[in-house]
Amino acid sequence: MAVAEVQIEEHDVHHDDHEHHDSFISKYIFSTDHKTIAKQFLITGIFWALIGGALSLLFRLQLGFPDMDLGFLQPILGGWLTDTGKLDTEFYLALVTMHGTIMVFFVLTAGLSGTFSNYLIPLQIGARDMASGFMNMLSYWFFFLSSVIMFISLFIETGPASGGWTVYPPLSALPQAMSGSGLGMTLWLVSMVFFIASTLLGGINYITTVINLRTEGMTFSRLPLTIWAFFITAVIGLLSFPVLFSAALLLVFDRSFGTSFYLSDIYIGGEALPNTGGSPILYQHLFWFLGHPEVYIVLLPALGITSEVISTNSRKPIFGYQAMIISMLAIAVLSFIVWAHHMFVSGMNPFLGSIFTILTLIIAVPSAVKAFNYITTLWRGNIVFTPAMLFSIGLVSFFISGGLTGLFLGNSAIDINLHDTYFVVAHFHLVMGSASFFGLMAGVYHWFPKMFGRMMDSTLGHIHFWMTFIGVYLVFFPLHYIGIAGFPRRYYSFTNFDAFSIFTDLNAFVSVAAILTFAAQFIFLFNFFYNIFRGRKAPANPWNSTTLEWTTPRVPGHGNWPGEIPKVYRWSYDYSKPGSDKDFIPQTVPLSETPESNLPHENEMASKESVAKKDAAKA
Amino acid sequence: MTPDLSMQPNASKVLSMHPKKFAVWLFIISITMIFAAMTSAYIVKQAEGNWLIFDMPTAFLYTSGVIILSSVTMQWAYLAASRDNLGQVKWMMLLTVVLSIVFLFGQYYSWIELVDSDVFFVGNPAGSFVYVFTGLHAFHLVSGIVFLIIVLSSAMKYKVHSKSLVQIEMCATYWHFLGGLWLYLYLFLILNN
Ligand code: HEM
Ligand SMILES: [Cu+2]
Repeated sequence: MAVAEVQIEEHDVHHDDHEHHDSFISKYIFSTDHKTIAKQFLITGIFWALIGGALSLLFRLQLGFPDMDLGFLQPILGGWLTDTGKLDTEFYLALVTMHGTIMVFFVLTAGLSGTFSNYLIPLQIGARDMASGFMNMLSYWFFFLSSVIMFISLFIETGPASGGWTVYPPLSALPQAMSGSGLGMTLWLVSMVFFIASTLLGGINYITTVINLRTEGMTFSRLPLTIWAFFITAVIGLLSFPVLFSAALLLVFDRSFGTSFYLSDIYIGGEALPNTGGSPILYQHLFWFLGHPEVYIVLLPALGITSEVISTNSRKPIFGYQAMIISMLAIAVLSFIVWAHHMFVSGMNPFLGSIFTILTLIIAVPSAVKAFNYITTLWRGNIVFTPAMLFSIGLVSFFISGGLTGLFLGNSAIDINLHDTYFVVAHFHLVMGSASFFGLMAGVYHWFPKMFGRMMDSTLGHIHFWMTFIGVYLVFFPLHYIGIAGFPRRYYSFTNFDAFSIFTDLNAFVSVAAILTFAAQFIFLFNFFYNIFRGRKAPANPWNSTTLEWTTPRVPGHGNWPGEIPKVYRWSYDYSKPGSDKDFIPQTVPLSETPESNLPHENEMASKESVAKKDAAKA
Repeated sequence: MTPDLSMQPNASKVLSMHPKKFAVWLFIISITMIFAAMTSAYIVKQAEGNWLIFDMPTAFLYTSGVIILSSVTMQWAYLAASRDNLGQVKWMMLLTVVLSIVFLFGQYYSWIELVDSDVFFVGNPAGSFVYVFTGLHAFHLVSGIVFLIIVLSSAMKYKVHSKSLVQIEMCATYWHFLGGLWLYLYLFLILNN
């Protein structure tokens, strides 16, 4: 990996539309075109989302219907069912672990950033491709390799990693601890190393491209908020994933070489292990230094997409453009100094706990600014309810309802009670899981016409939205109550404790809702795959957007624009500008052509523009 | 990062840097984070007690000298290239490669010294950390040596000169970074021991 930078190819800025005779392999498989790579990430992400979702249904069946006979799943689960047709208890933990790992890393990091950063950065900043197509391709194939390894781990005899997606030692470090900590855990670590390499290669590319390859006129203050969000996400990833690498490396040494970084004074079956001097808390510090920024790596791209979709479909400029950027930067900075709020019960000094409480609560400020700005953008807009718009509004709803419970959990005094209960599960599924998932969906519905040159069906999109939106609340809202009542997460069975038997019906209800929500995703799958081939041909600019990607041909080729790259003369939010007779002005329209809607300082710039044009004409 | 809108001349060229060189810097940042994490882990662990105290290998002093020297020769090669003194470029690059290999052997020797003083990779984390620091640094150094050899071979083909400096410049940046990283680790180990 360290030599990868040698291979960054020169970006050929003047490389125009001369014919490309790509073979099938170089066009669809080992492609260096950012648009193809984005689609590869998207399809792989969808594949993982199905697996991750299906796993959650399995353990939801166990939680909702503990007496059910799962014998009909025998062909798939084989030895993981007991004789009475129940899930094996250790396999339950493996399911939870794989579900979390897949959703957080493979779906909402690679599937979300990988798809939309790749797709939109060059198109929206006016570049022919990423800074290094080769590194970009490598990034996808590392992800692919990592996916294959993780997928294989699902099928090995001792089962996949089972210590939770956070893989805390000593559970994950000692193969004797549980069967999933054997080969399954090794494969998990190997897979994650490739995943980290993939994320870093991608991130280096995104940052380099945004900074260096913007078209003329595309200053930072004119960048669409999507690009700002992807850029900041990539910076966070660049700073935090190497730390996960360090944590994983030390874990590998503990597991396979017998070192004691995380292990000390452990007795198994009455016998002492030789390890002394290590500390499992050390792992928690390293892991959460990545882990907390990771939730923003998952969320920020979704927020960026939402800004774009809400502004376009409210036919209004985004409210508080600069405030949006500043709050994203604030969130990025703060996300690195709050990690210990995941460790309030690790025996930390209570004074330190109160410092992390305060730092955590400060994040509520930029988050609230963003929520406020979304709502004020919607306020009195000419709202067009496209499926993308609905999903974006859904995101805002989850961001608020899930964010509020974050205020509770951020207080160490309350978290000591709620830690590792279903309250936490409810919180992060709303604010991180569902919100980011809705951002992903909004992005797919909004940019599908550009990606495939065809339209998705809007009625099916509406049905998909309402079923998913209602479903998500039905699944995750009740979990708050179960959590407040004290039920711990990652537990196999509710029915073992009398105190929780009053929740039996509620749990069954949640499981049914989860199954229906999952089923609704097949409407999307049909809509997506069918319309890639059969959809109505998309118009050039179906949503009347201002941004650059809609100035490309219906199906842009390698290089994006057949002629010259367009220049940019204004920011990307000139919707319903007073004075203008159109309700949007694309970024490529010079100010000198719109004297009727220019603000005073824009008129000044417009005059400079025409002087520059005359100069150019003379020369 | 958000310049005042009214100060921006319209549709003008945007600020930018050579994308490859820029990517090298980003790459350096990610390596820095790996080692920042490692050294922070060291401090956290040390503060928790149960910590072995021992003398750092004396070989570290010599290898530090060697790596500084290799940075000097690297810079010499770069300056020679910018003055089109192609003969010197070759010799200095070659010398850098040799010094880098000497450094690696020196690091290996320091491990022997550690073992001789009963500090093992498997044992108290205080010792394990030293092995991890040096090993991980050596791992990155190998990638740097590959880069040096690539530049050396282009220099052999007379492809490194004042009109084509990008490659050697990136190599120099990376190499100085690796040298600096080692000095940081060395100082860190001495000061925290
Ligand atoms: C089909 C929709 C989903 C359902 C029904 C679902 C259900 C669940 C449940 C009940 C648990 C807790 C199990 C336990 O602790 O015993 C869980 C864990 C988890 N889920 Fe989901 N989930 C869904 C989607 C997602 C999404 C989109 C994400 C993305 C962030 C996600 C991330 C996680 C994580 C990180 C865990 C924790 C895993 C662990 O404890 O190691 N889930 N899920
Ligand atoms: Cu957190």
